[in-house]
Amino acid sequence: MTMARMTDVNVTDNQNVSNDEVETAGADVRRVAIELPSISVAGQLTELGKTVGEVRCENPYVVAENVDVYYGDNHAIQNVTLEISKNEVIALIGPSGCGKSTFLRCLNRMNDSIETARVTGNISLGGQDIYGKDLDPVALRARVGMVFQKPNPFPKSIYDNVAYGPRIHGLANDRAELDEIVHSSLERAGLLKEVKDRLEEPGTGLSGGQQQRLCIARTIAVNPEVILMDEPCSALDPIATARIEDLMDELSEDYSIVIVTHSMQQAARVSKRVAYFHLGLLVEVDETDRIFTNPQHKLTEDYITGRIG
Amino acid sequence: MTRKLTTREKLEAGLKRRRRKELAFQLTGMLATTVGIVFLGVFFADLLGKGSSAFVQTFVKLDVEFTEDVIAPGGELDLAFADFDGLVRDALRAEFPAVSGRSERRELYKLVSIAAGYQMRDMIAADSDLLGLTETIWVPASSTVDMFVKGNIDPTLDEALRPLSDAQLAWISHLQNSGRLETQFNSALFSNGDSREPELAGIKGALMGSFYMLIITIALAFPIGVAAAIYLEEFAPRSRWSDLIEVNINNLAAVPSIVFGLLGLAVFINWVGIPRSAPLVGGLVLSLLTLPVIIIASRAAIKSVPPSIREAALGLGASEMQVVFHHVMPLALPGMLTGAIIGMSRALGESAPLLMIGMVAFIVDVPGGFSDPATALPVQIYLWADSPERAFAERTSAAIIVLLAFLLLMNLAAVILRKRMERKW
Repeated sequence: MTMARMTDVNVTDNQNVSNDEVETAGADVRRVAIELPSISVAGQLTELGKTVGEVRCENPYVVAENVDVYYGDNHAIQNVTLEISKNEVIALIGPSGCGKSTFLRCLNRMNDSIETARVTGNISLGGQDIYGKDLDPVALRARVGMVFQKPNPFPKSIYDNVAYGPRIHGLANDRAELDEIVHSSLERAGLLKEVKDRLEEPGTGLSGGQQQRLCIARTIAVNPEVILMDEPCSALDPIATARIEDLMDELSEDYSIVIVTHSMQQAARVSKRVAYFHLGLLVEVDETDRIFTNPQHKLTEDYITGRIG
Repeated sequence: MTRKLTTREKLEAGLKRRRRKELAFQLTGMLATTVGIVFLGVFFADLLGKGSSAFVQTFVKLDVEFTEDVIAPGGELDLAFADFDGLVRDALRAEFPAVSGRSERRELYKLVSIAAGYQMRDMIAADSDLLGLTETIWVPASSTVDMFVKGNIDPTLDEALRPLSDAQLAWISHLQNSGRLETQFNSALFSNGDSREPELAGIKGALMGSFYMLIITIALAFPIGVAAAIYLEEFAPRSRWSDLIEVNINNLAAVPSIVFGLLGLAVFINWVGIPRSAPLVGGLVLSLLTLPVIIIASRAAIKSVPPSIREAALGLGASEMQVVFHHVMPLALPGMLTGAIIGMSRALGESAPLLMIGMVAFIVDVPGGFSDPATALPVQIYLWADSPERAFAERTSAAIIVLLAFLLLMNLAAVILRKRMERKW
């Protein structure tokens, strides 16, 4: 008798839970439904969650399948599927708050440090599930480097900035090897000529553009497989920006680069493919030329022609 | 119909009032600062005026003959029982041969401190060849003579109302005229423990007590406080529990210090059984007292480390532990140390909790370790302030000056540490 009653209670509880979930999901759809028409045309809602263009690519290295990200109750990214191949530069564009940075931070699990963040779906790197139980985020971040919006060198010497990654991961066996890593990283970041006589000076004493290149040198010193760049030039002047863009071009020979940018020109200059995000949805992905000359989706067209964003 | 005012006219109409308000605010601020500075000046002037005289002490020059008959009758010298005071008395009588009669002589002997006898003993103990020789020695005068020389006793008062008789005043002026009375640096103040005789009383015992306590406090409170702050700030999950802990830490910082003394009495002395009056208990109690201060300061210092530095390190693949120890700690350390030093100076100036754990006792010996009975500098001040002798009043002020000097030094160290270790980013 007692058992039966308890089972009854459980069943009711389960029903409550599932009802709640349905309601929450419904709320999200409603919110999108309210926000979208104000910017866009009617009739878009039927295509919600369906990305136009080509999300797949040849030789995919980073594969995101049906990724959803929640910050507490906020559904920041909805059902995003995207493949990134080796040695490719892909630009993520979209208006502020569309989730492109959030998506970027999923790729090296930087969202882990935000307590309310929750990621569902699958992301794999070279076939390995990066949210899998057997994967340590520390090892992942050594393989997926990141360059941030604001140059953030450590308040240490230029040398120590670059040597920090190799040191903590034990990449160099002795001082000579470490010197070699530091020099080659600075060289590849195009900074060696400017700083080779003052490696012991603080990295924070450099100019903004130099600091950002120092951060790139610091990232490639660990020899990652993928480099994530979150608006790396937004704090820099056009000359420094041009240098970083040239650098990206060179680096793409060895690394996959995912860059978030607000500058359409920059996306057009540096990337092979472009992904357009809008309110947490991946609206369109395609070859850069196609996106900028012949966008398939109305929202993409509105954004690149400057009507929104 | 009135003309509508333009924006510029509206602006100018209100401008004068705004400027007036600003001026009034600035004047109030200046007034408050001036009042503060004036009070501080009065306090320091008063303290220095009263206390500086304690750093010197009146000494009397005596020709002492180390007569064998007095200190080693029958050729046997026993340091513990020999009559060294007798040597001093003989020397005084030799200086004033006219003095006769027991009561007159007794008055004469009162000119010199009982410390003179100890001084003779120490000299003989150091060098027994002195036996039979005559030496000219400066010995401390008694505290009443000292007070008279420093101008704290009015010789024009009626004889019955002052601690020195007419005869004594005459002897003092004789000594002064013959150059046998002068004031010298009061080394006893820094080399002796407490005493009932003001001219013998020093602050060394209290200083050592405070020193041992602070060692325990810094050794316990700093590592525990910093570790707690790092855990709470970097690792602890945000939950109702961590909120509760935070509220309680903030409350602990505001708990009256005497309550910590009662806690120490109940837990460390009655329950654990550590001896009372020991710097060990004092240090433990003061650690509890300073822990919340250090935790709060350290958390603020950790919070002020820019998140971009953490992100940079995390993005390179540093573990959370490495982020904390390689990047957050070095940047937060100046703030943590400042908090620790401010906590320490609070602990140094604390007297109330020490009263509860028996550190208020009259202790003559200078403590030599963490479990010896001891007192602390602020408690010593409290004890001396209670003493009726005039000479203790100036020593109270002198002890306060020493305490303030240490507090100033510690705060200065905090400022210098912060300036030197602060890094720009």
